[in-house]
Amino acid sequence: MTPPGEGPDWLFELARSGAHRPLARLVSLVEDGGPAARRVAELVAAALAERAPAPAAPAGAAPAPASPAGASPAASAAAASPAPESAQAPEDRPAAEQGAHVIGLTGPPGAGKSTATAALVAAYREAGQRVAVVAVDPSSPYSGGALLGDRIRMQRHALDDSVFIRSLSSRGHLGGLSSAVPGVVALLGACGFDVILVETVGVGQAEVEVAGQADTVAVLVAPGFGDSVQLAKAGILEVADIVVVTKADTDGALALRDELRRGFELGELTGGAPPPPVLLVAAARHEGVTELLAELHAHLERSLRSGELLRRRRAAAASRIEAICRDLLAARRDAVAGRPVVEVLAAQVLAGELDAYAAAEAVLAG
Amino acid sequence: MTDERRIRVVVAKPGLDGHDRGAKVVARALRDAGMEVIYTGLHQTPEQIIRTAIQEDADAVGLSVLSGAHLGLFRRVVEGLAAEGAGDVVVFGGGIVPPEDVEALVSMGVGAVFTPGAATGEIVDWVRRHCGPGAR
Repeated sequence: MTPPGEGPDWLFELARSGAHRPLARLVSLVEDGGPAARRVAELVAAALAERAPAPAAPAGAAPAPASPAGASPAASAAAASPAPESAQAPEDRPAAEQGAHVIGLTGPPGAGKSTATAALVAAYREAGQRVAVVAVDPSSPYSGGALLGDRIRMQRHALDDSVFIRSLSSRGHLGGLSSAVPGVVALLGACGFDVILVETVGVGQAEVEVAGQADTVAVLVAPGFGDSVQLAKAGILEVADIVVVTKADTDGALALRDELRRGFELGELTGGAPPPPVLLVAAARHEGVTELLAELHAHLERSLRSGELLRRRRAAAASRIEAICRDLLAARRDAVAGRPVVEVLAAQVLAGELDAYAAAEAVLAG
Repeated sequence: MTDERRIRVVVAKPGLDGHDRGAKVVARALRDAGMEVIYTGLHQTPEQIIRTAIQEDADAVGLSVLSGAHLGLFRRVVEGLAAEGAGDVVVFGGGIVPPEDVEALVSMGVGAVFTPGAATGEIVDWVRRHCGPGAR
């Protein structure tokens, strides 16, 4: 399907220079999976290794552009191993050198996620940042198709070369994201975006997958979605680094904010963790957006200093590895399903020559 | 992750008319046919539609115009896509388009024009034929 001259390597080179069409193609390749997605992951990893100021890196490796003079140089003692660990002590580098700030925005349908996302894009652009948006909407459980409507609120940024907006269908994946999101976020990071906003599908009470993929999670709630017991239930508020009460210009917003603050102070919403800030935002009027931006940045700085950022990113990488393992194992299973090898093993299991676990291990071992 | 590529279609309302029922009906029909439909909303400029089609890696762009400005708007989208190196994106459309204009639109590179009375199944089939496996 892809013409030979349009392979991932070529597309990646162009995408890193800022071209949108090759980047869009690469996102599709990541989404569709298969060998091309794997090649993209290799390219992204190579780009990451090149950027990290690892002491072991060859002298010719491009240094991070415009790094402040005082930023603790590569003298980070190179913790002996030349593996990825050698790029260590990332917490010694300022937030601006941590790669893209990945921000998750989640909340129930109609809470104002897309509107808030658009307002954040505007604010980050004013601050001179390059911004990518990954907006996920649900796929139909019947047809597998999807109507992706998050862009409607963001179209004023369509002509800005420093903004890349991509809608993704969840493609049947539960949890609030699509299974391609980790790969897409990594790709966007490698293409030099400073901020990546990940907008989940409208979630109910338990779809918190974004918490495993973002550096900072903002949970958006609008007035009128229920009383304080709804909010006190276990679920999305627990993953909030920042809580945003949207539609702040409507009735009930102030009361909701106060109720949330009280709930957090009592510890009933977070199970004793430090309470997240609760902000009022009227994104359509651009009120409270500057404050939200400041809180997002403050969270990044805090979690960088505390080591939380590194912990989260490792956990995100680990969960991506696990997801790929599951895919590979499923592919392996599908590849042998109904094949003679399974028939033979089945006969052995039936005869008591082999137990079913050993047979399954034999299948997976190939 | 699926290894199958889904057809992605941008459905857009260029220009100033605010009648989006038709666009929404077509968007839903394409969705129900298993496609991924990116809906832009009302009042889009051709430039916004072109950028959207590019960022969304769309196979096709469906335009709905009921204002009478179809000749100019469709032309700018078709030519703009080509200028951005995205001439392979299929453009189709619908709306209040007189028969004599349909010919003009087709000759400027619009793949198909569906006017009032067209069945949604007809539109779905057309998009499938022109964007399905091997078409691109």
